[in-house]
Amino acid sequence: MSSIDAIPNEHEAGFGDFFALLKPRVMSLVVFTAFVGLVVAPAPVHPFLAFVSILFIAVGAGASGALNMWWDADIDAVMRRTRGRPVPVGRVAGDDALALGLVLSGFAVVMLWLATNAVAAGLLAFTIFFYAVIYTMWLKRWTPQNIVIGGAAGAFPPMIGWSVATGGVALESVLMFALIFMWTPPHFWALALFMRSDYDDAGVPMLTVTHGRKATRAHVFAYTVILAPISVALALSSIGGPASLLAAIGLNAVFLWGAWSIWRRSEEMAERDDYRVEKRFFRVSLLYLFLAFGALLIDAALRSLGVI
Amino acid sequence: MAMRVTHELHDRRKGRNVGLALVLVGFIGIIFGLTVVKVRQLGGFEGFDHVVRPQMIEQAGQ
Repeated sequence: MSSIDAIPNEHEAGFGDFFALLKPRVMSLVVFTAFVGLVVAPAPVHPFLAFVSILFIAVGAGASGALNMWWDADIDAVMRRTRGRPVPVGRVAGDDALALGLVLSGFAVVMLWLATNAVAAGLLAFTIFFYAVIYTMWLKRWTPQNIVIGGAAGAFPPMIGWSVATGGVALESVLMFALIFMWTPPHFWALALFMRSDYDDAGVPMLTVTHGRKATRAHVFAYTVILAPISVALALSSIGGPASLLAAIGLNAVFLWGAWSIWRRSEEMAERDDYRVEKRFFRVSLLYLFLAFGALLIDAALRSLGVI
Repeated sequence: MAMRVTHELHDRRKGRNVGLALVLVGFIGIIFGLTVVKVRQLGGFEGFDHVVRPQMIEQAGQ
């Protein structure tokens, strides 16, 4: 009979599944930090060029997310947090994720180059390479410092935004990089502390697995201590101002207190209250990054209004 | 023979096609906008348009 029509494949992907490959939540952070990097830079950018630049940076970040999901499908399938991703669920074939990642990577880099300059495009290309190859393929399954070095990939967007405007790299853009770079380890290790068995099951050498939870708590505190002077230095740089200084002081106080509490806690105490302190620290860490960069925007606005 | 019954699969495919169409239309808009912005940033310029231009005549007369 009419059996010529396609065999209904329950797993055939919808548009949203391909969009999910681009890790929209990570993308939103990339869009925000790249936007701040672009706005605080001392050179004006045409609003439309700024818009398309940030769009291409976001597409590049999304492409590296797709490559990550292609490569990591085996461990994503084991971890509770990532089990529902399109590739492990079977809605998108691994090869399709690879193809999408490669095509969008090339596309984003070339378009950013045409729209702006070679420095910005080069940084974007390096970021994609760093996240997909250095972090995903190499470091993630090999060293417990995976989060530290992999965090560099997430730290590049404000630098790219800055170079879109200025065509180069400066102390201020490196400080923005350093802020996210030092922020990432405490952020992820707090997550690893309360996501407990996830990374163990997947065999990813997270610090919690290789060096134990006590060492992880100490690491969270140590990185938070190093983070503090960086955010203050950023607030005192040419792109900083009263808002960033105020934010840096307040946020570091809260963050240091949270990291200190995590460090002083034993695993038994954490289990008793279901990792309340660790979960709160994780939420605060998201707020930390958002407010630290938001304050830079406020200072940029104050500067353009001639207030400071 | 026309297919009358729409399977859920067809909806999903349609969604994918419409989504891709929107992405492509958006891309055309971006290329067009980029072109306008980039050309405007070049500043004023004149091309050879086969019409006598007064500026050139003035210069020739000087």
